Amino acid sequence: MHDGLQRQAVPQAAAAPRAATGIWPLELHDVSFAAGGKALTDRLSLRLRPGTRTVVMGPNGAGKSLLLRLIAGLIQPTGGTITLGGRPADAAARRRIALVFQRPVVLRRSVAANLRHALAVYGVPRGERARRIDALLALGQLEALAGRPARVLSGGEQQRLSLVRALAAEPELLLLDEPTASLDPQATAAIEALIGQAAAAGVKIVLVTHDRGQAQRLADEVLFLHRGALAEHSSADAFFNKPSSAAAQAYLEGRLLL
Amino acid sequence: MQDFGAAFGQAFALILSGDADLLEIIGLSLRVTFSAVALACLVGLPLGAALAVGRFPGRMAAVTVVNALMGLPPVVVGLGVYLMLSSAGPLGVLQLLYTPSAMIIAQAILVAPIITALTRQVVEDLHGEYDELLRAMGARRLATIATLLWDARYSLMTTALAGLGRALGEVGAIIIVGGNINHVTRVMTTTIALETSKGNLSLALGLGIILVGLALLVNGLVMGLRSSAARLAYA
Repeated sequence: MHDGLQRQAVPQAAAAPRAATGIWPLELHDVSFAAGGKALTDRLSLRLRPGTRTVVMGPNGAGKSLLLRLIAGLIQPTGGTITLGGRPADAAARRRIALVFQRPVVLRRSVAANLRHALAVYGVPRGERARRIDALLALGQLEALAGRPARVLSGGEQQRLSLVRALAAEPELLLLDEPTASLDPQATAAIEALIGQAAAAGVKIVLVTHDRGQAQRLADEVLFLHRGALAEHSSADAFFNKPSSAAAQAYLEGRLLL
Repeated sequence: MQDFGAAFGQAFALILSGDADLLEIIGLSLRVTFSAVALACLVGLPLGAALAVGRFPGRMAAVTVVNALMGLPPVVVGLGVYLMLSSAGPLGVLQLLYTPSAMIIAQAILVAPIITALTRQVVEDLHGEYDELLRAMGARRLATIATLLWDARYSLMTTALAGLGRALGEVGAIIIVGGNINHVTRVMTTTIALETSKGNLSLALGLGIILVGLALLVNGLVMGLRSSAARLAYA
């Protein structure tokens, strides 16, 4: 097993962060995305550094999920550029980025076979896969479910599988799009624990959430999006105690942002 | 009606007797049909998946052509294969005309568009579900196709079944390229046609009953397998 993943799989060793490599800083330069003649993000510029947990917040339609998809390369900006380590993002660099979706997508295979497939796609040599699968199953506390069809698992179990499958890529950046949106508190706690382990092992976390409590538990810094624009980028402490934008203040007070 | 009833009786007696000629005809039918479907799957499954996943100029035209080819008239295919394999044709040197191989080729040509078109539909539906995941994982095109084909395997069994149905009941093409030669290229459908024209209804009916029985058996097996897979959420 790769050292990075070993750190994630063994909590005691999780504090040793991995060395930052070529994708940092991750920068968006005036990034816009339009569809159907409507601008969904408007000249978005930001800079992400490793070592912090970034939470993305904002009302529905603010462009949070879109931001993750742009960073992951699932959609291409209609304006501006995204650079990784100062260079335009390419496929090789993007292999250091993993994405977990709000609704877990699992293959029509067993839990272990889902992980085996991911390891094959990530180019892990065949001889190493069994060992890596065992470690990933342990990480996600999925050992007892290894042989079960992934699609019969509960939502929380499927999301744990999605998360450890993403970690199988040994990413430097883990993008999470509301991974606990439809989960109960117990399942949410398990996902948050996994996120915490990954972060402690040096994986940069960018998490979209609507859950203020979760944001306060996990965030080192907050990106607040409103109407496709970056309304605020500040430390979690500053954001929750003294938001600088009127939109963020209204959002935190529970007022409707139209 | 009396003749019809007697023919049924004789047909069952023939089936139960285990007649050597009958078994030979059934054996050749199954060999030709399953070989043709396997050949068509070898071409049609990856081609259908590539059409489902690929984005290239002319894709819609290609899909339309493949869909249209599902209705290929068997006699036209038979004629085309005959012209290719006849001694004056470009593949005449292979001397395959009036052999089971020629029948397999003709049936494979008939079945391949069915497999391709249905595979495209099945894989395209699954691709809609897996697309973002596989792209986020950085899966290459070939890995994506392999993943989709494997995960759609139980649905694709139904696709193969549709091809099998077409091949098993086919007569027009194989009678042209096979010639219905006794002990060489005589299969169930061509024998049914021949024996009916000769008025030998018992053999024709016996073969018809076996043909329908085989189709039911294969369908039952595949559907049973698919139901089990669906229960386990693999389909």
